[in-house]
Amino acid sequence: MQLFRSHVLVCGGTGCTSSNSEAIMSELNQNLVKNQLDSEVKVVQTGCFGLCEEGPIMVIYPEGTMYCRVDVKDVPEIVEEHLLKGRLVTRLLEASSQVQEDNQDIEQSSFFKKQLRVALRNCGRINPEEIDEYIAFDGYKALAKALSEMTPVEVIQTIKDSGLRGRGGGGFPTGTKWDFAAQQVNDEKYVCCNADEGDPGAFMDRSVLEGDPHSVIEAMTIAGYAIGATHGFVYVRAEYPIAVHRLQIAIDQAREYGLLGENILDTGFKFDLEIRLGAGAFVCGEETALMTSIEGKRGEPRVRPPFPAVKGLWQKPTILNNVETFANIPEILLKGSEWFASMGTEKSKGTKVFAVGGKINNTGLVEIPMGTTLREVIYEIGGGIPNGKKFKAAQTGGPSGGCIPASHIDTPIDYESLIELGAMMGSGGLIVMDEDTCMVDIAKFFLEFTVDESCGKCTPCRLGTRRMKDILEKITLGKGVMSDIDELETLARDIKASSLCALGQTAPNPVLSTLRYFRDEYEAHIRDKKCPAGSCKALLAYEIIEEKCKNCGLCLKNCPVSAITGNKKEKIPFVIDPTLCIKCGVCFEKCPVDAIKK
Amino acid sequence: MKTIAELEAIRQKTLKEVGMRTDNDSIRVVVGMATCGIAAGARPVMQAFLTEIQKRDIHNVTVTATGCIGVCSLEPIVDIIDKDGTKVTYVNMTPEKVAKVVLDHLANGKVCSEYTLKENQ
Repeated sequence: MQLFRSHVLVCGGTGCTSSNSEAIMSELNQNLVKNQLDSEVKVVQTGCFGLCEEGPIMVIYPEGTMYCRVDVKDVPEIVEEHLLKGRLVTRLLEASSQVQEDNQDIEQSSFFKKQLRVALRNCGRINPEEIDEYIAFDGYKALAKALSEMTPVEVIQTIKDSGLRGRGGGGFPTGTKWDFAAQQVNDEKYVCCNADEGDPGAFMDRSVLEGDPHSVIEAMTIAGYAIGATHGFVYVRAEYPIAVHRLQIAIDQAREYGLLGENILDTGFKFDLEIRLGAGAFVCGEETALMTSIEGKRGEPRVRPPFPAVKGLWQKPTILNNVETFANIPEILLKGSEWFASMGTEKSKGTKVFAVGGKINNTGLVEIPMGTTLREVIYEIGGGIPNGKKFKAAQTGGPSGGCIPASHIDTPIDYESLIELGAMMGSGGLIVMDEDTCMVDIAKFFLEFTVDESCGKCTPCRLGTRRMKDILEKITLGKGVMSDIDELETLARDIKASSLCALGQTAPNPVLSTLRYFRDEYEAHIRDKKCPAGSCKALLAYEIIEEKCKNCGLCLKNCPVSAITGNKKEKIPFVIDPTLCIKCGVCFEKCPVDAIKK
Repeated sequence: MKTIAELEAIRQKTLKEVGMRTDNDSIRVVVGMATCGIAAGARPVMQAFLTEIQKRDIHNVTVTATGCIGVCSLEPIVDIIDKDGTKVTYVNMTPEKVAKVVLDHLANGKVCSEYTLKENQ
């Protein structure tokens, strides 16, 4: 093994890969050779660092310097200045560390300082395609401990004591779930991993699989030992090619090391894993539909009970946990249940990963202790709202969840507080909305999603969600009537009460929650035929305020449909012809004196 | 098939390589690598540090480059900064001197005073 003085970590997550991180890596290698540094400096491809907005990300150790938005043409400078001569390339430093140049360690930047990375501990630290690097950071140590020092009952008790709850959204206590399956007597049991991440905007499971696939393999093996299963399946969507690729490499490496297969670590325990690719149906994230799909049938949910812990895959006792849940398991076994339970709130222990997106400066992946407030996530870690706009609401739980309005921005985030607000934890998508977002439009967006993704097996979900979507569409087109709101509420109540699975049971949530906090916006659309956020095109009317207009003619020049008339020299005032206007908003944006209102 | 002991051996071995990504309490060897340093022969000095450290199997040492330290006439210059922050500056370094510094200072914790800035000003 060769000792390198420096490691250059380049993000190989989906985000940074799509902004060309692979070309950066090859350019880096070429430049290292050119400067005869290839025996001193090693290039390492890692998983996601979390700060996707600033990608492609590069981190140079031992200094821990983080370079952001690195371009291929920046690479020669980084090699010659930083790696050869030891001088920082300051223009590429992350914004917050630019202010304080001597403080260049990434851990100290505002984006990372408030985070606590447990599930994401190895993402952006190790090369996910090198099992040795995972082992170096205590990988497979928890499995060794479980197999050699603990009984299955003790493993389950540790998970129970830690207070870990399902990170896929439901929040069911993981230890209890394992206990149910362990108590079943059967010749065959299964361990499944739900990597069918489908909420719009959520990508934490993908990032764990891309950045630290061995943590999931190790945890599933531990789960197999705990419940008495010898076989496992990872159900992952085919749209995650990098995750699938790295997971397969990891499984092969684990088999080669005897960490999967017969007689694991010479303890006599056997366990093996297979990947099953999902075709991308949202409903397959529901546990019974997922298992039906693994069995090779059409992915449709079925009635529970019996619960999967009793009768799951091929009618055998099965546990199904989410990727992020599994990623926590090895750390809990190594550091103890008290350590895990010391983080978080009374009923929600540990940390939670959120994929923060929408109207936010630092789009990316953050892991925070439960009980962190939304304000901290948005303004401290997330860097606030772009263009000085006002925060309006945040949507959690995707199409199953709801929104948290600005008035509740100081609520500590945990399972209970979100439910109380009418939202839910969900898998951890957090979409930030500013004053320009129309809440009726957002509700319509999520309903369109559930209409598309409803499997059609039960009527309330298949027809009910479509009816709700139709009404919302009517309202955003300015054709709503006041009784529509009552009808939305009735439909929502009926769909929630009578749908077969969680997809339908939670589908009305975005409507109910926006109605709860932003009823006035619905009423404005219906009664005043106005969209207060200025987002619903059908309800917009652009108008030039004559007193403010300086007759510069910029609006006229830029209007794509020649709907604006007026003349500066002849002093004919500028006006918009509403019959020609297509409401594109160009004049509004171009006007230098804000003389156009909508 | 690996045993638990073999797993631990892999861990120890790989940690030496990747430990720099988390270690903050290691001894730092900082080589002046500005134009003046490189011209005076800092590159072979840097490489000698890496080879010697590996040869002697020393842990918890990171080797980094830095810009001009300021006394260009004494380049190549190397700072060794201990865990407690005390700094020893070695000047006019050569690969041969590096071998002795690694053995005395890094392996045995004894400063090679004959090469320090103090003695050579």
